[in-house]
Amino acid sequence: MARKRSKHEFRANTLPALLTVGPVTAVMVLLIAVPLIYVAVMSFCSIDEFYNVKFDFTLDNYVRLANANYLKIYVQSLVIALVTTILCILIGYPFAYIIARTKSRKKRILYMLVIIPFWTNSLIRIYGWRSFLGSSGWLNTLLVKTGIAAEPIDLLYRQGTTILGMVYCLIPFMILPLYTAIEKLDGSLLEASSDLGARPAATFFEVILPLTSGGIFSGSLMVFIPCLGYFFVSDILGGGNSDVIGNLIERQFQSGNNWPLGAALSIILIAVTLVLVKIYQKLGGDMDSLGV
Amino acid sequence: MKRKKREKRKRRLGILFCTLVYLFLFLPISVIVVNSFNATTSKPYMSWKGFTFDWYIKLWDNHSLVEAFGVTMVIAVVSTLLATVIGTLGAVGMYRYRFRGKALIDGLLYIPVVIPEIVLGISLLTIFAKVHIPRGMLTLILAHVTFCIPFVIFNVRARLAGYDSSIEEASMDLGANRLVTFFEITLPVLAPGILGGALLAFTLSIDDVIISYFVYGQTKTYPLKVMESVKSGVAPDVNALSTLILVGTILFVVLTQGNLFHKKSRQ
Repeated sequence: MARKRSKHEFRANTLPALLTVGPVTAVMVLLIAVPLIYVAVMSFCSIDEFYNVKFDFTLDNYVRLANANYLKIYVQSLVIALVTTILCILIGYPFAYIIARTKSRKKRILYMLVIIPFWTNSLIRIYGWRSFLGSSGWLNTLLVKTGIAAEPIDLLYRQGTTILGMVYCLIPFMILPLYTAIEKLDGSLLEASSDLGARPAATFFEVILPLTSGGIFSGSLMVFIPCLGYFFVSDILGGGNSDVIGNLIERQFQSGNNWPLGAALSIILIAVTLVLVKIYQKLGGDMDSLGV
Repeated sequence: MKRKKREKRKRRLGILFCTLVYLFLFLPISVIVVNSFNATTSKPYMSWKGFTFDWYIKLWDNHSLVEAFGVTMVIAVVSTLLATVIGTLGAVGMYRYRFRGKALIDGLLYIPVVIPEIVLGISLLTIFAKVHIPRGMLTLILAHVTFCIPFVIFNVRARLAGYDSSIEEASMDLGANRLVTFFEITLPVLAPGILGGALLAFTLSIDDVIISYFVYGQTKTYPLKVMESVKSGVAPDVNALSTLILVGTILFVVLTQGNLFHKKSRQ
């Protein structure tokens, strides 16, 4: 009797659960959890003279990463990410506010116009900027032809250009959550605020901003973190002084061929990510508003 | 009166600001589209030498480029299908059943969303090297499926949140078995979420540069192909192909979501 029950239980619950959750569990464990643990292990390894990974325990990689040259790039990386995030808020907030509060049916088209550019591959769009800003690009041609500049100005290979590229790539991740947050705003609250005598500025800081802060937090997280890893932006647009942590990792896994050192750098990046996510959650951020 | 005037000025300022932002968003794309008609033949293919359609014809002779585009599409379609099936099943299962380790799986799902892509890329690279899976089409698809699944799950889950499971009970009470109920009742209700997730997965797959960069081996996707030549100057045939892709996607969206631009459509 008991056996029959357990067989029924298997068919009614265990089997469907296995069939539905099994595949996703396999992928998440084998291709997310295991690889990350392996990277963590590798960060304590060293390499032999043929650049093969040697599995011995050492803290050498982390000691090397505490070096002043590396520290400079971490700081530079964080500065680039911070400036990018601030610029995305300053541009993205008023922009999202205006399109989210548009009452006409143009609203959806305005929204789609934000998304359409991102159907072209990001690398190609960054290349578009390179063509635009390069010494024989449109901007320089215009500047020289109009006599504003005597000769082409070298706009590439600057930190500012890297930041421009980062803002360009990441601004939709700021605009979209802000749009969602602002669209949810209850118009009657704004009316109430102004009816009660609040000036527009007061309404903004006391009512609108607190109610949409969730959008700002999730947008900031989705801009700041990827910024630390977007090595191809600084590769294509920036010069020597605009490396981010992603560039350091990329070099160790490609030309440098020191995987354990690259693994240790990745662990640092993971640590930064975890800290930021914790702060985000402390601020009341919802993890589910990050994905969509 | 004065207030109205001020309102009007504010509105104009807003329109101006938004126009500038849209210009910023579309600027590099217009560079690519315009350069795809540029008759120049010398590197870095920048200065304007007149209008031509040549690049759209020459494009088809550049076999490695056309092939790379094919690879991108195959990977995007296959990974979208796999991620959508695995993700949809997973979302339904996690919604319905309790099991040990559920919180862990839930937590793991957020990793591809928040972690920098480069970390995901190198971790997959190291594990593929460790278990001796040669880099190529297979590793690219595995990688793309991995980072697409969470986005499918979140989309389906959003749909499940408002789901009334009593209609499933009704279906079973009326004699349908579990499988029939799943296909006839559950799936149609979840369809918009599944479709949204699949569309997002497809977009993420064709746009991916960083993760693919670490796991591609000999099989190059279109963006990786572009990456090789990006410093020395990308030939205008790449611009031509990019333009075609852009026009293709816009047409696709207008045709499938035509109601978006329709007068009466709202939300």
